[in-house]
Amino acid sequence: MGLEAALPVDGFMTTQLNRVINWSRRSAVWPMPFATACCGIELMATASSRYDLARFGAEVMRFSPRQADLMIVAGRVAVKMLPVLQRIYAQMTEPKWVISMGACASTGGVFDTYATVQGVDQFIPVDVYVPGCPPRPEQLMEGIMAIQKLIDDDNIPYDGEGKRIPLQLALEPNYRPKPQPVDVSVGAT
Amino acid sequence: MSEQRPAVQLDHPTLPLVKEAFSTVPLQATQFRNQTTLIVPSQHLHDIMRFLCADPRCDYDFLSDVTAVDYLGYPAKTQGRFAVVYLLASYKHNRRLTVKTFLDPTIDTTGIDVDPALEVESVTDIWPGCEWREREVYDMFGIRFTNHPDLRRILMWRDYPAHPLRKDYPLRGRGERESYRVIDREES
Ligand code: SF4
Repeated sequence: MGLEAALPVDGFMTTQLNRVINWSRRSAVWPMPFATACCGIELMATASSRYDLARFGAEVMRFSPRQADLMIVAGRVAVKMLPVLQRIYAQMTEPKWVISMGACASTGGVFDTYATVQGVDQFIPVDVYVPGCPPRPEQLMEGIMAIQKLIDDDNIPYDGEGKRIPLQLALEPNYRPKPQPVDVSVGAT
Repeated sequence: MSEQRPAVQLDHPTLPLVKEAFSTVPLQATQFRNQTTLIVPSQHLHDIMRFLCADPRCDYDFLSDVTAVDYLGYPAKTQGRFAVVYLLASYKHNRRLTVKTFLDPTIDTTGIDVDPALEVESVTDIWPGCEWREREVYDMFGIRFTNHPDLRRILMWRDYPAHPLRKDYPLRGRGERESYRVIDREES
């Protein structure tokens, strides 16, 4: 954070409570890896030391949905797997987000057959779609950063009863190398 | 270039043994690139398979696969619409043999109704390892194996309304992949 440098000598600062809550939420997005196919390998690569998801506070893969707040659906989902996906989603505690990673999770991809779900968003709410087959780790990080940015900006749309409505953002595929840091390509604010 | 096909020589050493043991059963055999296929009537399949496994001159101790073919729309004429295919191997004699049996459905094949014509006797009592293979053939083609210890679907879910590898089943299904409960934020 670099906060320490900004702190005055007597060691306290004032801020808004929701800013602190948002900051802590977005700095510890614990993913639930729902990795069913090849995208899962790229998800593992994202967590590896080369790409280091820990820089975003999202490296703690939680295989228990009750300890996770971000589900990353990485790979194609067979219809037989769908009840499992829905159950895991329902078991996660609010606030929760869902990233649909890759062409298969978002649309079924090339697997246009009787047994494959043609996009998990038909059956569970999806917040960010990360395109690619598979998406590069940078692209997945951009998806996580899009969610972080939304949390940071307090830009979490709620319906009347305090439940969050899905964001349904799609990341633009970004093939051009750019000098770092790259801003997320979704219009978050 | 002459289009003449070489004469098929059926020189597989198992064929005369089967012919001798089942002299009353109509048998057929073909050979393609040194792979021999024995075509047997489905009601005699189990006896012939038991012979192929038990007879020391055959000794096919390994059933490497059981699968099926749907010949709907096949350019050549076949003896039936479905064929159940058994791939046998003998470790002792280092030989392979394919056994095939044809079945013809008597009722509409689009559903999952039980068709008594699409039945063969299970060979799980001879090679117990084929239990899952036969379940897969049942799941994908709807061919039932009598005396199978546990004939349930193996890949598709329990109440799936079709047998998807039949050729008259559309690749994208008949809407099964869409008709499922939707979870929204209200429920979760
Ligand atoms: S999008 Fe590509 S990499 Fe990802 S699960 Fe589908 S086929 Fe595999």
